[in-house]
Amino acid sequence: MQMSRFSNLAIRTRGLRKVFRGQVAVRNLTLDVPRGEVFGFLGPNGAGKSTSVKMLLGLVFPTSGEAEILGRPVCDVTVRRKVGFLPEHFRFYDWLTATELLKLHGRLYGMSRTRLLERVPALLELVGLTPHRDKCLRDFSKGMLQRIGLAQALLNEPDLIFLDEPTSGLDPIGRRLVRDIIKAQRDRGATVLLNSHLLGEVEATCDRVAFIKDGEVVETRELNAGAEEQVTVSIRARNVTAQVVGGLARWTSAARSEADRLTLTLTSSDLVPEIVRYLVAQGADVYEVTPQRLSLEERFLEIVGSDGGL
Amino acid sequence: MGVWIMAGVTFREAARKKMLWMALGAGGAFLILFGTGLHFQAKDFAARAMSPVLRREISFTMVTMGLYAVDLLTVLMTILTSVDTLSGEIASGTIQAIATKPVPRWQVLVGKWFGFVGMLTAYIAIMVVGVNSVTYAMAGVTAHHLIPGFLLIWMESIVLLSVTFAFGTYFSTLTSGVLALGLHGLAFLGGWIEQAGAISQTPSAVKVGIIASLLMPSEALWRRAAFEMQSPLANAMRMSPFGTLSVPSMSMVVYAGLYLAIALALAIRRFSQQDL
Repeated sequence: MQMSRFSNLAIRTRGLRKVFRGQVAVRNLTLDVPRGEVFGFLGPNGAGKSTSVKMLLGLVFPTSGEAEILGRPVCDVTVRRKVGFLPEHFRFYDWLTATELLKLHGRLYGMSRTRLLERVPALLELVGLTPHRDKCLRDFSKGMLQRIGLAQALLNEPDLIFLDEPTSGLDPIGRRLVRDIIKAQRDRGATVLLNSHLLGEVEATCDRVAFIKDGEVVETRELNAGAEEQVTVSIRARNVTAQVVGGLARWTSAARSEADRLTLTLTSSDLVPEIVRYLVAQGADVYEVTPQRLSLEERFLEIVGSDGGL
Repeated sequence: MGVWIMAGVTFREAARKKMLWMALGAGGAFLILFGTGLHFQAKDFAARAMSPVLRREISFTMVTMGLYAVDLLTVLMTILTSVDTLSGEIASGTIQAIATKPVPRWQVLVGKWFGFVGMLTAYIAIMVVGVNSVTYAMAGVTAHHLIPGFLLIWMESIVLLSVTFAFGTYFSTLTSGVLALGLHGLAFLGGWIEQAGAISQTPSAVKVGIIASLLMPSEALWRRAAFEMQSPLANAMRMSPFGTLSVPSMSMVVYAGLYLAIALALAIRRFSQQDL
């Protein structure tokens, strides 16, 4: 298999665009996701996240632009031997048992019987469905279906895994399981593209996120580095006059004062000691200083707007 | 490889969802009814001391009647069982987990097609053998050219299957079903117009029938099958209600083969290019 010169990237898109009957679903998706990264896809409903994932999986054909996964064009079906996918609206042949479903998908991946005999029980164990292995999927709860779907997505030990709302329908234990599975996949070197509305989940698992709005990547940010860039500091202090608050403008443009609490947004936490020294020098009594990371939710709302999606 | 995996799962689906067993159960009920009717008829023949030639010809007509019912059941079975397989799975999203595997889409479609071909072949074989076994046991006759007749009924079913598949890639389940049945209904009506035209010697009516057969050759295949399976005497004397006064030619059979291939090719082309 001949790889492109971008084969160190798990996902590479350039100006990807999809128009459905005159309606633009994805305007201009340009994205690089290096191998081994857990990458979050964030955006309001109707932002074009699912359509983008479908284009990367060859389910939807782009109107224009180019896309590669694992160094091969998305239209090359052979590359899918190393790709796993958990669809958002998870539907399978419900007349199959859990074991039969995994065997069917394993055979479609071209896996040998010997390998399936080893992988299927191991995956059923991993997702906690061993006691239900011979039960038809039609008798599964939503959470159980999500678990078997996850097992199906991991069957071929993929290099690239697309998880579209993987915790939908799962209880807290199931969500924890998904987080652990994502970490385990990263540890073995796989790339994970996580599409989720649960920002806390994305924050806990992703290395990097792309914010998508109106079918375009508005911002891509290193999650931890991004959080370090901007810090919200909550200061409990008395004797803080309006003049003192005004003097904070040299460190921050966003200072809010309510009763004995000051809330400042800073570009770096390195500024905190300097601000505390300033307040004390101005006669303020400082009782408490709490730096807070700017949550992903706040960042999300900042980027996509509080009106959200459709 | 993907073709055989999909064929296997499609065949298993028909069996597991009890479609095949229910159809065979209904077919079995039909054979019991048919056998009972034939039994009383044979008793009546014996009581009336009917001429052996006439008795034999009436029995031949009964075989054709039984096979005509099998043909109708096959048409319904073909359309009703296969109509949801593509449009339904596309609408529900079931196809997404399959189409993202390293299997070209054409293999998914052709695999499903083979799965239905296998199931329908088994169904038609069981029903045709059943009818002939019953008539042989009760009246000592079987259809005249049984193998060509069976193959023509089978081909009719596969033409309808391919057309239903093609519709399934363009339209919803309900619309596909209505279109496939409607098209067969058109051919059925065209067949009768052609017969009536042949009796009244109205060439334009015959032409209308031929045009209907060109639009959908399924009914023409049945009429050719009936011609093959009836006794030569019944065909010559036009003495059976299933007699074919205007017999579809072998060219029509070849045309039906091409029609089938084009319908399947259209289904593959559309399925390979559509957004899922």
